[in-house]
Amino acid sequence: MAVQGGYGGLGWLPRFRGLFSALIGVLGLLMVWWLGGMAVASSPNMFAFADFAPAPTFSRLWVMLESGEALAMTGPSLYRVGMGLFAAIIVGVPVGILIGRSPAMREITNIPFQFLRMISPLSWMPIAVMAFATWDGAIIFLIAVAAVWPIMFATAAGLRRIDPSWLKVARDLGARPLHLLWVVILPAISIDILTGVRLALGVAWVILVPAEYLGVTSGLGYAINDARDTLEYDRLAATVVIIGVIGFCLDYLCMAAIQRLNWVREDG
Amino acid sequence: MLVEAVGHTYRRGDGPVLNDVSFQVHPGEVLALIGRSGCGKSTLLHVLAGLARSTNGRVEIDGALVQGPSLRSVMMFQAPSLYPWMTVAQNAALGLRFSRRHAEIAARVPEVLRLVELEAYAGRNVQDLSGGQQQRVALARSLAPKPDLLLLDEPFSALDAFTRRSLQRDVRAIGAELGLTIVLVTHDIAEAVQMADRALFMTAHPGRIAADSEINLGDARDGASPEFRAEVARLNALYAEIAEVEAPSDPIHPIPLATKLKEASS
Repeated sequence: MAVQGGYGGLGWLPRFRGLFSALIGVLGLLMVWWLGGMAVASSPNMFAFADFAPAPTFSRLWVMLESGEALAMTGPSLYRVGMGLFAAIIVGVPVGILIGRSPAMREITNIPFQFLRMISPLSWMPIAVMAFATWDGAIIFLIAVAAVWPIMFATAAGLRRIDPSWLKVARDLGARPLHLLWVVILPAISIDILTGVRLALGVAWVILVPAEYLGVTSGLGYAINDARDTLEYDRLAATVVIIGVIGFCLDYLCMAAIQRLNWVREDG
Repeated sequence: MLVEAVGHTYRRGDGPVLNDVSFQVHPGEVLALIGRSGCGKSTLLHVLAGLARSTNGRVEIDGALVQGPSLRSVMMFQAPSLYPWMTVAQNAALGLRFSRRHAEIAARVPEVLRLVELEAYAGRNVQDLSGGQQQRVALARSLAPKPDLLLLDEPFSALDAFTRRSLQRDVRAIGAELGLTIVLVTHDIAEAVQMADRALFMTAHPGRIAADSEINLGDARDGASPEFRAEVARLNALYAEIAEVEAPSDPIHPIPLATKLKEASS
């Protein structure tokens, strides 16, 4: 109790500490942005870019939110990322389980997969454009190619969490192979899969914008390119803010899902 | 249950683990398989459960050949091996769920949880339970599909002495109440005397049955009573005799408990 008394009149502080720290961080970022905007505006070479500053950006953002423009540019992007992630999960989870379960598969696939993983997903762009009939298809493919690796490797690593006796007990209780998969293996590694999805989402969101520079006339990447071409720097900066906020929210959702599904007790 | 001339050799082993093991277990009987580690008693239990296939010989339960795992016989292991993302009730329901007897779950799970005195814990996560309680959940999970035969692979050896004794008593009582046939693998003679009607002693290299002895105690088994102690002493002497025959250079000693426990906790 004496130790707690050490906080004195600020005893309530620790409870709000997280919130305070977050607030200070955000204010710091805004401050750097604002200072940068001031510097740009006062520089004779760069004053044309003054609309990048926080004030014009947020007023434009407000206009874009009110007119529905923000929503209209976000929808197609979310659809592409969603489809790309979905494809990455459909491929990555089964292959990850296969490599995690079979040492032979792991040895055989190790070099090819590590090789493929290190290729920037965007270098597939020309092939994707030729292989897919639609621009949307090509973009989804690029996102899937980027997102599949974290999901696959996290799934494979998760299989180490499985206690072999869980499988033996299940077999003794009459479990069929599909039971082992759905009742034992997948629940046991669900957190690892979701951790992989969270990493994949980060990569996918990064790949999305350059991928949307391709052909399409919708989405956040297109909006960035379009704003640059029309010299609307406040719109460009507002789009950057939208990209950041949505990326942050998606990551937060993933983290919340991981916390919900986590069955590992820290104190156990 | 009939075990006839069961022999087993691991593909990479240096010799047979089990050689010509034959015995019979009567319905409702509690049989203890006693031996030091490496004598093949656990392998034998896996063969009885259908989890391992023996190289030769046959195992029959009520005339039916054991060819794979079946819910007529359920095994319990040293570790409770519960699924930590499930509640107590969900763990207990697994055997019924795997065999598509979903309709029985609602009535049967509370019933078995009551048997192991954990009905109040049905909705709790198994990680909230103590080691002894977890092993009780594993027992409930084994009992839920109504097996005829319960196979226990040193299921209490990782528990503290007090918890172990209460579980030994309870398993024997529950088994008697349900008319279960039980085969218990153990390295602990006192445990065999506490739980079993008959003891088979196994020796190693290759694993075979060296002695077969009835345990002449009634249902009330008090670890402190002179009869109980006499029975433990008699079986210890019997084992020492066998061990000497098996390895003449070996000094006469009880089964090395300390090494076995170390193995169990690792």
